[in-house]
Amino acid sequence: MSRIPLSALVGLVFTGAYFLAAIFAPFITPYGMSEIVGDVWEPMSRTHLLGTDSIGRDLLTRMIYGGRTTIFIATMATLLSFTTGAVLGFLAAVIGGWIDQALSRFVDLVMAIPSLIFALVVLSVMPVTIPVLIMVMGLLDSTRVYRLARAVAVDINVMDFVEAARLRGEGRSWIIFREILPNALSPLVAEMGLRFIFMVLFVSTLSFLGLGVQPPNADWGGIVKENKEGIVYGIAAALVPAFAIATLAISVNLVADWVLNRTTSLKGGRGG
Amino acid sequence: MHPILILVSQRIALGLLLLFAASVLIFAGTMILPGDVAQSILGQSATPEALANLRAELGLNEPPVTRYFNWLFGAMQGDLGVALTNGQDIADALGRRLGNTLFLAFWAAVIAVPLAIFLGLLAVRYRNRWPDKLISGVTLASISIPEFLIGYLLVYFVAVKLGWFSSVAMINDSMSLGDKLSAIALPVAVLVLVVLAHMMRMTRAAILNVMQSAYIETAELKGLSGFNVIFRHAFPNAISPIVNVVMLNLAYLVVGVVVVEVVFVYPGMGQFLVDHVSKRDVPVVQACGLVFAAVYIGLNMVADIVAILSNPRLRHPK
Repeated sequence: MSRIPLSALVGLVFTGAYFLAAIFAPFITPYGMSEIVGDVWEPMSRTHLLGTDSIGRDLLTRMIYGGRTTIFIATMATLLSFTTGAVLGFLAAVIGGWIDQALSRFVDLVMAIPSLIFALVVLSVMPVTIPVLIMVMGLLDSTRVYRLARAVAVDINVMDFVEAARLRGEGRSWIIFREILPNALSPLVAEMGLRFIFMVLFVSTLSFLGLGVQPPNADWGGIVKENKEGIVYGIAAALVPAFAIATLAISVNLVADWVLNRTTSLKGGRGG
Repeated sequence: MHPILILVSQRIALGLLLLFAASVLIFAGTMILPGDVAQSILGQSATPEALANLRAELGLNEPPVTRYFNWLFGAMQGDLGVALTNGQDIADALGRRLGNTLFLAFWAAVIAVPLAIFLGLLAVRYRNRWPDKLISGVTLASISIPEFLIGYLLVYFVAVKLGWFSSVAMINDSMSLGDKLSAIALPVAVLVLVVLAHMMRMTRAAILNVMQSAYIETAELKGLSGFNVIFRHAFPNAISPIVNVVMLNLAYLVVGVVVVEVVFVYPGMGQFLVDHVSKRDVPVVQACGLVFAAVYIGLNMVADIVAILSNPRLRHPK
């Protein structure tokens, strides 16, 4: 493995820090998540590093717990979207015929409706809980993964080693998991970073609109919603999540770029 | 028949088919879910009588297919039903708000499109030098922040700290155009920032692609200046991909507008949709979803048609 470039290293450090903060949230937060510890919108001070929020809870604590919820939902939704999208995409590419046609046209149809609008339509009749959010976001996003996975798998499916596996009588699941999956993994992993960011933005947007994570649970979009009235009075509490989301997004992007560059050069430019 | 007419009419037919299928999907999205719509609107504590009343009002006692076609034919004649929450005619309320939303999106497009193309050209002209790097950096930052946060950043710094514009964008019919424009300055700025980045990147990529052709090298060799090469030789050949990107971004504006309207309390479609999703007013949500999907599919269709029309090989068949 060649040396890690500086930009990717910075990305890795920040991404790692966010994930660690999310995992160990209860141990590193100075106060309880919904514990009221001070006045409304206190400025930054030594006891409250980021100040307090609209009802006097410690903002740093809320941010760390919020990051935990946001990252958890985004990760689960990304995993769901990748499992569904990749399995269906590979199946469509390997089986072909009318199954491929039906799946691909259905995906075209879902992608013809903006995903935020479709998510809002579905959430208008569903109870807004975290599992429902993960399901809706993951399944809507799996259409994009499906397209990528199918395109990559169609390429690999006609290669000699897959033909050889077929001729020696391997079953369909062997072809998909032992022949196609290892070779399709690198473009999929690079895409995973971008989808993860998209999920973070998506869940923050939904929570900001009041249709995502419900109070008293915190997440980054929700923190903006709770503190937005303060902006008019010049209180910047609602802008703190902006910084968190942007740094997380940029650092994951840097890592994904590096993975993509590395894998494409390994494969002689194929698979990007 | 001219082959281009055939292609265009095929594309329009496909668009209509897609719209029809999308309407099925939107309808199904609110119907074939686990649980009962009436129950989820009224909550767990609803009395059986209230549930039965609401079911009758929503027409839930009829089979879904009948309900779908009643809804679709109504929608085609401009009758979208009445809102559950206040009994108002949906088409009426929607029409006014759609006008406001289009007003916002129109001004965002008027500013964003020329600016994106100009900055894209600039990035190509100074490729790999500081203007290009600066533009790419800003692009990366602006796609990494959700729309609503860009909105609040602008409100905080421009409206509150500098006091240039108002932090809410209320408009009504009695305002003059100038007042209206001043009221929507901030939401327009957010929308411009949101689509600008993507459009600029694609413009840059499209022109760079053309820049590798032999005729560009010829133009350079005969001594034309950098901007002249781009304007006279590269740009005309990059129009088709650029128009395509512009259209796709206008379609994206339609979605971005939902969030931006909520940030600035702007009386448009997006706010209308979000309000009624939280009130679980299903007929309004369906109607809004249908209108958004129609605009989105329509703009995508226009993008494809422009791509067909701008291809000289199809315009002048041998």
